[in-house]
Amino acid sequence: MEQGYLSLCNLAKRFGKHTALQDIQLDIAKNEFICLLGPSGCGKTTLLRILAGLEKADQGSVVIAGKDITSLPAGKRNFGMMFQSYALFPNLTVSENIAYGLRNRFSKAQIADRVEEMLHLVELGEHRNKVPAQLSGGQQQRVALARALAFSPDCLLLDEPLSALDAKVRAKLRNEIRRLHHQFGMTTIMVTHDQEEALTMADRIVVMNQSRIIQVGTPKEVYERPKTPFVADFIGAISFIQSDKHSEQAMLAIRPEHVQLLRDGHEKGRQGIVRELEYRGTHYRIVAELIGRQGTLLQQFVTIDVPAHAMVSHHVWPDQKIAFTLPPEHVIRFDDTADLAVG
Amino acid sequence: MDTWLKRIRPDANQWSQNAIIVCMTIALLFAILLPLGELVIKAVTDQDGNFIGLMHFANYFSTPALVMSLWNSIKVSTVTTIIAVTLGFGFAYALERSAIRSKWFYRSVALLPLFAPSMLHGLALTYLFGNQGLISTGFFGLLPEFRMELYGPIGIVMAEVLYTFPQAFLMLSVALASADYRMYEAAETLGASKWRIFWTVTVPGTRFALISAIFVCFVLTFTDFGAPKVVGGQYNVLATDLYKQVIGQQNMQMGAAVGVLLLIPAVISFVIDRISQRKQSGWLSAKSTPYRIERNKLRDGLFYVLCSAVSAVIISIILVAIYGSLVKVWPYNLSISFTHYEDFLDEEGPFVTSLLIAFATALIGTVATFLFAYLIEKSRGHRLLRQSAYFLSMLPLALPGLVLGLIYVFFFNNPNQPLHGIYGTIWIVILCNIVHFYSVSFLTMTSGLKKLDSEFEAASESMNVPWYRTLLRVTVPLSLPTILEVFLYYFINSMVTVSAIIFLYAPDLKPAAVAIVNKEDSGDIAQAAAMSTLIIVANLLVRTAIMWMAGKIQKRTDALLVRTKE
Repeated sequence: MEQGYLSLCNLAKRFGKHTALQDIQLDIAKNEFICLLGPSGCGKTTLLRILAGLEKADQGSVVIAGKDITSLPAGKRNFGMMFQSYALFPNLTVSENIAYGLRNRFSKAQIADRVEEMLHLVELGEHRNKVPAQLSGGQQQRVALARALAFSPDCLLLDEPLSALDAKVRAKLRNEIRRLHHQFGMTTIMVTHDQEEALTMADRIVVMNQSRIIQVGTPKEVYERPKTPFVADFIGAISFIQSDKHSEQAMLAIRPEHVQLLRDGHEKGRQGIVRELEYRGTHYRIVAELIGRQGTLLQQFVTIDVPAHAMVSHHVWPDQKIAFTLPPEHVIRFDDTADLAVG
Repeated sequence: MDTWLKRIRPDANQWSQNAIIVCMTIALLFAILLPLGELVIKAVTDQDGNFIGLMHFANYFSTPALVMSLWNSIKVSTVTTIIAVTLGFGFAYALERSAIRSKWFYRSVALLPLFAPSMLHGLALTYLFGNQGLISTGFFGLLPEFRMELYGPIGIVMAEVLYTFPQAFLMLSVALASADYRMYEAAETLGASKWRIFWTVTVPGTRFALISAIFVCFVLTFTDFGAPKVVGGQYNVLATDLYKQVIGQQNMQMGAAVGVLLLIPAVISFVIDRISQRKQSGWLSAKSTPYRIERNKLRDGLFYVLCSAVSAVIISIILVAIYGSLVKVWPYNLSISFTHYEDFLDEEGPFVTSLLIAFATALIGTVATFLFAYLIEKSRGHRLLRQSAYFLSMLPLALPGLVLGLIYVFFFNNPNQPLHGIYGTIWIVILCNIVHFYSVSFLTMTSGLKKLDSEFEAASESMNVPWYRTLLRVTVPLSLPTILEVFLYYFINSMVTVSAIIFLYAPDLKPAAVAIVNKEDSGDIAQAAAMSTLIIVANLLVRTAIMWMAGKIQKRTDALLVRTKE
């Protein structure tokens, strides 16, 4: 991978008094699949629109392959964009929609070939003469994807491409987008607020909050070594507990699946009272309130996931005392506790 | 050439859009703001152009006859507003919230007066209650006589109620149609009585429409010229005063002062309407459930009587006018003939002129309105530019037709004016009509455009397709129903309007509505009625044709815009 193929340098954007983006620094490698992840209003869509050229940054620059494109209008960037609403032209057929951006670039015969190719690619050959309203949501999404890919863009921008679909279709299209990315290898940047989507699809995730980039890393890095409590809480479930050494202000965090439940009657490890017990199919989720050294309730809660088959050997009931350990290799420490999740 | 242009102007899309907005803003500036400035200047200067402050107004208020007309205008407008809004609310409530049958029929009848010039109501009233009227003479002696003083406030109020009722009805029925039934269910479960629900849910839900309707009716009456001209008799009102000052005595300065007085309620109404528009939004959410009408025999019976009575009055008014136009010599020779319609269909006649003006207004107006609404709503042109263009587009709402005509005389009838050339031609009438009906068309167009996906433009931009191609290939086809609706609005209103163009028409190119005023002036009531009938017929024909077309297109567009959910 070629580092720094697409670089965003010191971007900032304000809308009136509202700061939408600040201090945005990001290097994206060629052929990379990047997810911009964050709660609504964090600025991720604004960032995508600045990349597309649909919005102008107040400061900073966008460079692709060594060429500064900061002031280049959208049409000249050769970026394909897929919109959240798909923005398919409702009065044009599937083929006409796909051919829409090709008219200035290719001859008639070339356009026909290209449309044919794209239809084949997204498996919509038999729907070519239908208008968008005659297609299902998933099919519309594929048309939008084909339209954005048709002119072989240098970069593909996806704005919450799956948010309008229901869960089953979403999973299928997730694979489809990955497959197309694999096949074409175009640099892809996708905006999403769905952490699962980001974890499964991205090469690297860019976590954003309150107009800033908080952390950039592979899904594994972001999940296992979150830089701030916000990232830890936003991606996956996590419990925060205060360090039991009184001298420290640090915050400890642990994912529910890493907590080890101990057998009945164990006096070692941490003690807690079961406050909630949920059956989730593959596992049980327990929320326990911690008990301090002197047996007082600490009003701190730990979430514990126990695989369903392992529950047989435990006897867990609400308001019952349980014991568990926090394996040190899975405990994450935060020295700065100011930045907790809001989303 | 093309690529060369693109090289010097990399952002040709935005550049060309901005250029068009600038051109159109300048056009609006010349068509609205500068003439309006001329009015204000005229109102505070004397004949030689010296500043004299509020002298004209002082003069005005020290002339008892003139103060009298102001009072008369206020009285007549207030009474008309009360009657028209009450009837309009009742009628709208009946159609939206009761279970009476044949609602489509009542709706069409209620809107019928919109297709007639406002003089028609006055003419019909003359045929009914005038000295030789059908009712005054008891159907020529068949029944006991019924005489009343038609010419004066009574006649004006009757004619104005007929004129303003459809407007009040339309505004209130829109408000009553959009209710959230969950609020009614909530009120019912909380044990509120029907009466209490009406006052705590129904009325607050429509209060902005109600306020707007009250102001619109008041302003329409306050500034209407047609009805007082025909049935006003010796009862002077502001609008007829203005006509006399400007056309009769050529006293432009005093005319300007009266024009400013006419403007005051219109401007207040404009401001209130803008405020209520802003507050109205947010009353309904996407989750609202539509109102469900339950059966209630007593309520439906009462509304049935109300709707039938109002409809009967409207239909008979129009039928009487048509009958009057067909009778040979009222009341002496009641045989039917078409003599009064002769030479109306001449190539040079007023009716053909009117058709020409209406078609030109509709055609040019629709194109201009669409382009402007599109650029303001959808383009990424300069924000300040778009905002000022939007403001200028709203301004004509505050200008009554009479004032508009007046300021056009002031502005264009000035030999030093570069645009002086269009004065006295058909073009100034067309321009005046376009400006007169521009704001409502603009709002219709804007709300139509808002329904389209806001990302179409961004999508085509990211594919490097010029904006005008997407406009022609996608936006125009999808907006066709709205475009036709706006075309129809321009056409019908250009056919019936008289207030603005009475100052502007060229003697050899007299529009039909002006011809009605002139005929009535010279006592040719039957010919005036005949001309009114022709206008109604033409409007109804054009409307039927366009609605038929729009309906077909609408069905197709609706099918395209369905959102599929999985």
